[in-house]
Amino acid sequence: MSVGTEPAVSVSHVSKQYRIRQRGEGPATAAEAALGLLRGRTKPSYFNAVDDVSFEVAWGDIVGLIGRNGAGKSTLLKVLTRITAPSSGRAVLGGRVGSLLEVGTGFHPELTGRENIYLNGTLLGMRRKEIERRFDEIVDFAGVDDFLDTQVKRFSTGMYIRLAFGVAAHLQSEILMVDEVLAVGDAEFQEKCLGKMREVAKTGRCVFLVSHQVHTVRALATRSLYLQHGKLIYDGTVEGALEVYKASFERVGTDDVMEASMRKGTGEVRFANVRSAKDSFEVAEDKVVEFVTVASPELSRKHHVLCDVLDANREIVARCDSRLVEFYVNPSNEVRGTVTLRTPWLRPGVYTVDLSLWATRVATDIWEGACSFRVLPILPYAGTGTPNSTSGAPVLADFAYSQK
Amino acid sequence: MNVPVLQRKGPARQTRIVIAAPRRWSLPDLARLWEAREVLLRFSRRDITLRYRQTALGVIWVILQPLLAAGVLTFVFSSVAKLPSGGVPPILYTFAGLLLYNLMNSVISRGSNSLISNSSLVSKVYFPRLLVPLSTAGSALLDFVVSLLFMAVLLAIYGVAPGFAVVLVPVWLLLTVCLAAGVAFMASALTVSYRDVQYIIPFLLQLVLYASPVAYSIGKISPHYRLLYDLNPLTWLLDDIRWSLLHQPQPSTPILTLSVVVPLVVLLFGSFVFQTLERGFADII
Repeated sequence: MSVGTEPAVSVSHVSKQYRIRQRGEGPATAAEAALGLLRGRTKPSYFNAVDDVSFEVAWGDIVGLIGRNGAGKSTLLKVLTRITAPSSGRAVLGGRVGSLLEVGTGFHPELTGRENIYLNGTLLGMRRKEIERRFDEIVDFAGVDDFLDTQVKRFSTGMYIRLAFGVAAHLQSEILMVDEVLAVGDAEFQEKCLGKMREVAKTGRCVFLVSHQVHTVRALATRSLYLQHGKLIYDGTVEGALEVYKASFERVGTDDVMEASMRKGTGEVRFANVRSAKDSFEVAEDKVVEFVTVASPELSRKHHVLCDVLDANREIVARCDSRLVEFYVNPSNEVRGTVTLRTPWLRPGVYTVDLSLWATRVATDIWEGACSFRVLPILPYAGTGTPNSTSGAPVLADFAYSQK
Repeated sequence: MNVPVLQRKGPARQTRIVIAAPRRWSLPDLARLWEAREVLLRFSRRDITLRYRQTALGVIWVILQPLLAAGVLTFVFSSVAKLPSGGVPPILYTFAGLLLYNLMNSVISRGSNSLISNSSLVSKVYFPRLLVPLSTAGSALLDFVVSLLFMAVLLAIYGVAPGFAVVLVPVWLLLTVCLAAGVAFMASALTVSYRDVQYIIPFLLQLVLYASPVAYSIGKISPHYRLLYDLNPLTWLLDDIRWSLLHQPQPSTPILTLSVVVPLVVLLFGSFVFQTLERGFADII
């Protein structure tokens, strides 16, 4: 890089350790804590969310941080944005950091659009002068000129998100850290934001991006880091990191089963076991996934199951929401169930299944890569074509030609 | 590549942020606090704006609240209980006491809840956390200033002229804020882990209102309890401000010294406790 020799971000041996609290253990009130002191402490168990991570980032880089749920991406980002302190290690940032871990941090519903722009901008690390200078641009970007003096609580969701993003997009800090926030907003707006981030990197600043969405990382990042169980196991090109990412899903079921405690969701009801009925299916065959839930006798609210089938690129090809077929899980019993995917016909290849359990809008268990299966290259068509005949579309169609 | 842009950004690049595991005990970094002063102003402004938005009387509440409270307390302590008020009209005596008490009360009660009510900020964005409880002092100070102006009106109405000591009012004000902020820092930091604190604080503040000479003078207190009053920092500050505003006798030198030293010590200790616990906030809240 042309500026100095110092990297934009330099991280050496950073670890973040959490104490794990088992259910019912650990004080929740001052009284319990006092009692605990008298009785003597029980030995706590520890868990390294980020484990001895070291890397450097040059100016002008857009770094995509990828990894599966619970790999420590968000924790690492929180350490680098100083929201939480590392347990050990050291990181040096070569400039002001603007962070965007949530859309509309500090937005207050009772304040007007104008007041929120100032409040939010200040929180994100902008000076008053900077905000004043960029005020019109922000309003323009968000397209809310007529509502500047309206309380944000009267905004539509779309306006709210656009305004929040508008402020963040105009951050002038040298290092920008973004977490998963692109997931909100419509496609056009997302494209606008991606463009904004590329612009940032072009001026020689540095962008740090955490995402679950492969296409975002691929579209944006110039370099990628892959985290697994808190450890940095790949540092290099985006394609390379995506290979590692995909591979981690293919090995599912053998050595890399996600511990229940590492999975997202409230944990009130969890899957005990999920597996594919067969290792491989033919294209036109019904694909069956079997699951077992853990009984939680104290719960009675019905839960629904969401089953996503993802291809090797981690793109969803089929979504099966059990509410649509009126299937619910009674959490007080151990439920053994199956999901049967009849159509669409899947193209030959490896597929993974993300299974989640929901109480209306609250996820009690999200199991990414719960199981995987292979679709064999045995086509259901009578004739033969070229490889071209079955590529191009994400799924295969069940179709017919006839002459009248 | 991009050299022109980089050169323009040159000076800003000088900022260098070092992130490392915090030391076990630490005091707030004043340079960082100063750097983030705009956050403090924004927070204070937000609190003030929000408090009177969608109220019909708006800022009039700032005067009305202490006036109503002073009226009730004067009635109870002077007219019903017949406690002395140091030879000045009881309403003046009580209002002067409430000036200080309300300042302390609002800094402590709003401050101690501030971290939890801003928990989404604490876990999503970085800024020196100390600014959150500190910013509550902004709206409390505004209330104080408005009440003080009203106090001046009352003094004029009753024809009481404060002596030269009136110039010390800002000092008592600052010391009260220091005392209250120190307590608020501790309380807010503890509330992050133990929500019990938010139930204890209002009770204690209520207790202090009655157990300090806010609405009555200390003259008739039985010697049994006298020591309790003498050990109460609010008593000292109340003596100080009444000396400044109402021509009450000048507090003794030890009391004057204590009323300066103790609030500063409490502030220092509070910031120390806060800063030491701060590293865990985002993980626990």
